[in-house]
Amino acid sequence: MRSKILPILLALIVLGAVLSIAGLMLVLLGQDWEDALFWILAAVMLGAALLVVTMRDIIRCGLAMIVSFMALAGIYVLMGAPLLGAAQVIVYIGAISVLILFAIMLTQTKDAPSRLVFQTQAVPAAIAAVVVAVLIALAVSATDWAELSERVRLATSVMSRVLFEQFVFPFEIVSVLLLAAVIGGVFLAKREPGGPS
Amino acid sequence: MSNSLDAYLILSGILFAIGSFGFLARRNAISMLMSIELMLNAVNLSIVAFAAFSSLPDAQAQGSVIALMVMAVAAAEATVGLAIVIAIYRNKKTPLVDEYDAMSR
Repeated sequence: MRSKILPILLALIVLGAVLSIAGLMLVLLGQDWEDALFWILAAVMLGAALLVVTMRDIIRCGLAMIVSFMALAGIYVLMGAPLLGAAQVIVYIGAISVLILFAIMLTQTKDAPSRLVFQTQAVPAAIAAVVVAVLIALAVSATDWAELSERVRLATSVMSRVLFEQFVFPFEIVSVLLLAAVIGGVFLAKREPGGPS
Repeated sequence: MSNSLDAYLILSGILFAIGSFGFLARRNAISMLMSIELMLNAVNLSIVAFAAFSSLPDAQAQGSVIALMVMAVAAAEATVGLAIVIAIYRNKKTPLVDEYDAMSR
């Protein structure tokens, strides 16, 4: 058992060292800490997302998705919405990722993972994705946003007041939606008594 | 750089593009659902970025609340989607979407 844990620990230590060295270099290059954190978190998020869509073993895809969600939670905190980062960790990492990992375990076949990861339309899909990214980047950088120069940190009390005064009706609707989704999920995934095994 | 709206929006656009590539290209139905989660995360990031840099009063709080709603809807979507995938897997014995061809025969 120890022989399996040791490489993972080593990989984590190497990853942490690389990230901290990258942060230090960014700071030394004249960026402040927030910029360094932003670059590191963005790189981790995009790298993990690329791993999610390209790796062959689907369980590793799920774990890379967790890394991507965690980096995004860090970006939320950096953006001044810490409660949203906490909700991201609880909802995405704690609930949705576990749900997806369970579904992977339920639908894995006994034989080896399939030879082909991608469909035949993978190359046009890649081209389309690159075009979408370039178009969004061009449109964003060409637009002159009427933005504040300085971000405002969001106080949780302000957010709770807006949630329970202004948005209380959508809040209740979302609770009904979640109930309906739970019942629908149980109904769909339920094994029928006389149906196919 | 981390203090400009453009950086966050471009980041969100790249994440959305990665998710759309995964949705179009992967064969496994659960991989496609994971790509949808990536795309929803990209949309959430852009909502929060727009809110964080808005000059309107209360815009930060409103953006965060809308992002919370999106998270709840994403949870509901994941529940129903994975239940559908499991129900199909019980009948067809495969999670690969290009073998779901019952209507082409």
